[in-house]
Amino acid sequence: MNWKNILFSIFLIAITGSLLTGCLTAQKSSKNALRYSAGAEPQTLDPRKSTGLPEANIEAQIFEGLTTIGPNGQPLPAVAEYWTISADGLHYKFFLRKNARWSNGDPVIAKDFEYAWKSALNPKLASEYAYQLYYLKNGEAYNKGFTDETQVGVNALDAHTLEIDLEQPTAYFLSLLAFHTYYPVHLQTVQNNDLWATEPKTLVGNGPFKITNWIHNSKIEFSQNDFYWDIDKVKIKSLEFILTESSAAELAMFENKQIDVGENIPVSEYPRLLDAGVLKINPFLGTYFFCFNTTKPPLDNPKVRKALSLAINREELIQHVTKGGQKPALAWVPYGLADAAGTADFRLVGGSYLQDNDIATARRLLAEAGYPEGQGLPVIALLYNTNEMHKAIAEAVQEMWKKNLGISVNLTNQEWKVFLNSRHKGDYQIARHGWIGDYADPMTFIDMFMSDSGNNDAQYKNPEYDRLVKAAKSASDPRLRMQIMHAAEQLLFDDAVLAPVYFYTRPLLIRPSIKGVLHSVLGVIYFKEAYIEQ
Amino acid sequence: MHFLIHRLASMFLVLFVIITATFLLMHAIPGGPFTTEKNLPEAIQKNMEERYHLNDPLWKQYADYLAHVASGDLGPSFKYENRSVNDLIRESFPVSAELGVIAIFWAICLGIPAGIIAAVYHNRWPDYIAMFLTTIGISVPGFILAALLIFVFALQLGWLPAALWEGPSSTVLPALALTGLPTAFIARLTRSGMLEVLNQDYIRTVRAKGLSQYTILTRHALKNALIPVVTYLGPLIAGILTGSFVIETIFAIPGLGRHFVTSIYNRDYTVILGITIFYSALLVTLNLLVDIVYALLDPRIKLNEGKDD
Repeated sequence: MNWKNILFSIFLIAITGSLLTGCLTAQKSSKNALRYSAGAEPQTLDPRKSTGLPEANIEAQIFEGLTTIGPNGQPLPAVAEYWTISADGLHYKFFLRKNARWSNGDPVIAKDFEYAWKSALNPKLASEYAYQLYYLKNGEAYNKGFTDETQVGVNALDAHTLEIDLEQPTAYFLSLLAFHTYYPVHLQTVQNNDLWATEPKTLVGNGPFKITNWIHNSKIEFSQNDFYWDIDKVKIKSLEFILTESSAAELAMFENKQIDVGENIPVSEYPRLLDAGVLKINPFLGTYFFCFNTTKPPLDNPKVRKALSLAINREELIQHVTKGGQKPALAWVPYGLADAAGTADFRLVGGSYLQDNDIATARRLLAEAGYPEGQGLPVIALLYNTNEMHKAIAEAVQEMWKKNLGISVNLTNQEWKVFLNSRHKGDYQIARHGWIGDYADPMTFIDMFMSDSGNNDAQYKNPEYDRLVKAAKSASDPRLRMQIMHAAEQLLFDDAVLAPVYFYTRPLLIRPSIKGVLHSVLGVIYFKEAYIEQ
Repeated sequence: MHFLIHRLASMFLVLFVIITATFLLMHAIPGGPFTTEKNLPEAIQKNMEERYHLNDPLWKQYADYLAHVASGDLGPSFKYENRSVNDLIRESFPVSAELGVIAIFWAICLGIPAGIIAAVYHNRWPDYIAMFLTTIGISVPGFILAALLIFVFALQLGWLPAALWEGPSSTVLPALALTGLPTAFIARLTRSGMLEVLNQDYIRTVRAKGLSQYTILTRHALKNALIPVVTYLGPLIAGILTGSFVIETIFAIPGLGRHFVTSIYNRDYTVILGITIFYSALLVTLNLLVDIVYALLDPRIKLNEGKDD
């Protein structure tokens, strides 16, 4: 045989072989499963310990709290059938459904909740989100090791009655109960097995679905939890969460029909996907802003801060740079939160605290501060974490400040954790910031700027602000409470602690035939009532 | 035997230096595994550090770590609750390795013949075509090749899945994207090695003896021409088997490659160290194998030559 023939045939086999094997076995997404691209590999599926949204999204399918979040963001009864609240707002009594069951058939009992919350607060479990339970009486003291677990304000009175005592009246406590840190865990399973949340076999849940298979960094498969009390409403037979962080891969899989729902897609594709009718832009409880370090000159002067904030053209930024259908932020608390019970949106009631692109006022303020036309103002440093979008926004703002106020700004970027370190320590002048609400109440934004708040990266210290927030926290009249929070927000803008840029949105890539997917304002996705229209 | 003991000892020394350097560098970067956007209450930070012994003095953490590594335990991941670094490698390495073996197989099967053809037809059209293709293979980055392959074979033709790791069909595109660079490199190394060998006296001698071109190439020339390729194969195999961050991200493949990058973002100290050790151990082992293969290919190379220097 001629050597040329041999080489030639190797070539042919190599090329055709690699393509053919693939084509013959090419497979599209499994027939009946709904596939959702769920982002990163979950760090843990123990609801007591998880912190991120990818984890919360998985747990929302397999667990259920005392309440759940309804289509308009309101808390609805879930494991709890009904409840009573004492007049002072400190004592709650929850009556659990008798037919609520775990995925192994055991009834969900009050003790499961008590155990879950107390163990989450146990310093030995070292849960990062233990502070979400600091609302409970002595929750913080127990977590810090000052008292023992018997003092924590949660007690199972009997199998189906749970009594809760709070530190102080908390108007949004019913919404909080839908949050994953407040999910129950199956006591018998969890007590004896530290590794329970790592294996589908022992990962006992009480939600509409249960996990049947978990391939790390690849996918999680769910089937219906036959014991779920509200199973009649669950229509999807099986569900698959694909674990990938690549937005390009996600879009390619969507177009190749390997997934049906996704959230993380390249911004440049938004217009095309919106036109195609497969992209929905949902509100999301978050504010993108520039945080001023209020202790570093010249930013210790509120007039300089205010001038900078006013000289940003947010409309233009959103139209030409971010392109995600965001809303310009002219206040701190985003849309989507109810004002005093039953009334309008908190943001609509509060209105705007500044005007977009108000260059005249900005210039006047800057002159009053002693820097007419920006003269005499040292170069200011703006810090952001390395990311193409943050860079584009920072550059646009840099340009606006130069053009409108004659101010020179240096841009610096740092890798994420280095950046966080600098920002937490106050080692910056202006820093890019984005705050996502933890629970559906304005307080999740308002209390961030208290003097002793761990997240007060602005280093803002104003006793009047602290007084207002404390008053709001202890107010039991919801209308008064909202009024105080509006006043606090006003103060925040009188002092120009931050320059808000936009309110986040959460795009959802979804096939038009898929209905009933609930995407909460906190970003959690619920497939409980999802179905595919034929 | 002497050679082996000598080499093994130096391998352990190299690994030790790598562990120490990585350990120090990693702790020198600002931010830790529990640095998060939402600043944690001090008590919680303390609880978490205590759980993972991060509040011990650095020298103690280092000593404890070395002791664990010596017993084969690479420690728990800080990011992934209740999963050990050993688990992480056990789950993800086979995926990267499978993909890597396919890619290396194609790289050798395509690269060596292409190099031989180019050398035999030196400065004629098969040479030009082969060198043109290899220039493209070397200069086009893997992620561009991947995007192109996805566009053509997944999105346009719909023959293959665009991403995910589900069965043989899903290995084709990532393997092709991964194999581009090494194929081109191997082809070029083979070509230059072959050209050099073909001009040597002993080839002229066998030619004069009247042997067929095929026999000359396979029996006499190829063995010597392959030495640079073998040198390259050591680090190539270590690199490809441990996965590529870019390719695994683009194709959403649950391999080891992504951990090299994400563990650093996450400051997942034990994972950073664990996979660095794993990769280094693989690399030094393969380099040792390469040295042994040299001796098999070319009897003139002696394994204990280095000792006499």
